Amino acid sequence: MSQHQPLNRRVITPPFLVLGVLFLIAVYYLGVRFVNGMGFVTNLNGGYAWGLWVVYDIVIGTALACGGYALAVVVYVANKGKYHPLLRPALLASLLGYALGGIGAFIDMGRWWQFYNILLPWHMNFNAVMLEVGLCVAAYILVLFIEFSPVVLERFGARNLRQKLNKVLFFFIALGVLLPTMHQSSLGSMLIAMGHKVHPLWQTLYLQPLLAVLTAFTMGFAVVVFEASLSSVGFGRPAETPLLSGLGKAIVGLIAVYLVFRLGEVVVQGKLGLLFAGDLGSLLFLLETALFIYPLVVLLSPAARCNSRLLLWSAVSMLFAGSLYRLNAFLITYNPGPGYSYFPSVPEIMVTVGLVALEVMVFLYVVKRFPVLHREERR
Amino acid sequence: MKRRDFLKASVGGAAAVLTGGRVEARPNLEPAPNAVGMLYDAALCVGCKACVSKCKAVNGMAPVIEGDWYSWDSARDLSKDTLNVIKVYRDGEAQVKDRVVNGFAFEKRSCMHCVDPGCISVCPVTALRKDPQTGIVSYHADACIGCRTCMTGCPYNVPQFDYNNPFGEIHKCQMCNQPGVERIDKGQITGCAEACPTGATLFGTRTALLEEARRRMSLKPGESYSYPRGDVRHPDSRYAREAPAYQQHIWGEKEAGGTNVLHISAIPFDKLGMPPLGERSHASISETVQHTIYSYMALPAVVLGGLTYVVRRNMNDDEGDES
Ligand code: SF4
Ligand code: SF4
Repeated sequence: MSQHQPLNRRVITPPFLVLGVLFLIAVYYLGVRFVNGMGFVTNLNGGYAWGLWVVYDIVIGTALACGGYALAVVVYVANKGKYHPLLRPALLASLLGYALGGIGAFIDMGRWWQFYNILLPWHMNFNAVMLEVGLCVAAYILVLFIEFSPVVLERFGARNLRQKLNKVLFFFIALGVLLPTMHQSSLGSMLIAMGHKVHPLWQTLYLQPLLAVLTAFTMGFAVVVFEASLSSVGFGRPAETPLLSGLGKAIVGLIAVYLVFRLGEVVVQGKLGLLFAGDLGSLLFLLETALFIYPLVVLLSPAARCNSRLLLWSAVSMLFAGSLYRLNAFLITYNPGPGYSYFPSVPEIMVTVGLVALEVMVFLYVVKRFPVLHREERR
Repeated sequence: MKRRDFLKASVGGAAAVLTGGRVEARPNLEPAPNAVGMLYDAALCVGCKACVSKCKAVNGMAPVIEGDWYSWDSARDLSKDTLNVIKVYRDGEAQVKDRVVNGFAFEKRSCMHCVDPGCISVCPVTALRKDPQTGIVSYHADACIGCRTCMTGCPYNVPQFDYNNPFGEIHKCQMCNQPGVERIDKGQITGCAEACPTGATLFGTRTALLEEARRRMSLKPGESYSYPRGDVRHPDSRYAREAPAYQQHIWGEKEAGGTNVLHISAIPFDKLGMPPLGERSHASISETVQHTIYSYMALPAVVLGGLTYVVRRNMNDDEGDES
């Protein structure tokens, strides 16, 4: 008997229908995008080649989808089996988040009908960070699916297949740790080539990959903590606080390392003055840093780590911190030069909202029909 | 190896590479041996936009009309219909040419045909290529996936995507040498240099243009100089004119690894909207970091091997845990 089971509740609920409507609105605008062109739904221009779709759906979305990655590292590499109950929902959220990133990349791709060129060796440019991101993300979506497939096989009682898969699963789990490390760091490296367009407080050149991986990790853990606390509230399941508090410890370490590099770079490169310039860049930097420091300070105390409310707040703070870091670097303080400005259009926003709605709908459906959540301890 | 040791080693190694600690840095690329380019002298430009018009004739592009007063073309910036544009600097009353305060000046914007181009470095599918002889940076729509990374990687915002077309592509100056035009291969010069009445846009090899630019740098303000038109190596004609007070700065000699299109001016380049660039190309930094991390895929393979071993061990430990 498995330790996981479906929630077995009604799928079609009023919130589900609202999400469905949001998704249909996105479908409409996507129709316009593919029939008339991207210019009819987005505010992209000659200076801002990337807008909400790239920065939210891919750059931030995949980091938010690092829960599966972060937990896989803890469960399998660091051999902390007790976190197992959290792994399946985290994997599912990761799979959906990355799928959203993949869809986002595709709809944003100006010449989508030639996307396969990125898979043809004679077209590949191994100097391009984007090549690595594209291939790695695509491969990782497949790996996530394989990692998650035991759940599907279990649901349909395919015992034989499942046993066969179990024999090779370790390889995919290892891949599932390697691939995100590669492309999450590359998402940071992508900023290097943008040079002067990236605000000096975010243009850390050689540190870009490290900062990107560290924030991906913190966001991954934060998402796990967030989802677990939320699903215990939302579905009225017992809290997994003891497990989560252990993650809290890891989070403290990660943020500490991140802040040392992040602030150290500012000091060493003589950019301290920019911090107190009082302009948008300095304010955003301070806000972002404060959002990182809050969970650090809170989770430092062992008592707070067992308090599910504080845990939830810390997770939220970290999610905002990591998202803001990427949003600031890629979009808000990004400055291509005089004459250009960008703010996402309503259709652009609705497409992203609709895709997230789809993600949530699929998540709800799968946890209600597939053995994803851990069997409740008591009862 | 014990798991602990392995973890320590791999974390240490990963930290070293993630911060770009090892592997030699890739320097800026060098100019192509027979690099051709242009020299734009902002002080000579009278803003007539003959070059803009000629460029559109050569490339079969429509004029862009913005506002109600225009001559020929009033494009304000590069776009899918404009590969070459003349921009205006204006301050206060805008009375005197090439003066920072209460003055005005012109500046040309088009592909600089960088020596170490950001656009080429970042394109995942090699849709932007540099001719090994002429150094001309060309675009190949059959390879392009439309990711627009080239737009983010170009310090001058040159590549322009045609957003209002469901099958849009990138548009940029290809120095009049794209298939079907091939002016350079046929021994002609670029359309804009041919059309320029003042010689403000001059065609030639990068070497010859650099020499010409240096000669102009050494002129005393007010000194008479015989300015060439067309091709600097064998000008169509020359005319005498008093030299302006040039800024001692040849844009593109060094900026981000240098460019084949050079600019000189009588007012500082930041006033003309040129970006703040150092001498090192960001392409070279980006590639150094990328190749350091991947060291040609060896490192990820090693890490994967280690991870596989560790994961396998730990999964076996968990055996009793599973159903
Ligand atoms: S100016 Fe921009 S588009 Fe032209 S070669 Fe340089 S990087 Fe490429
Ligand atoms: S838009 Fe085309 S040319 Fe530009 S980087 Fe992407 S694939 Fe390359």
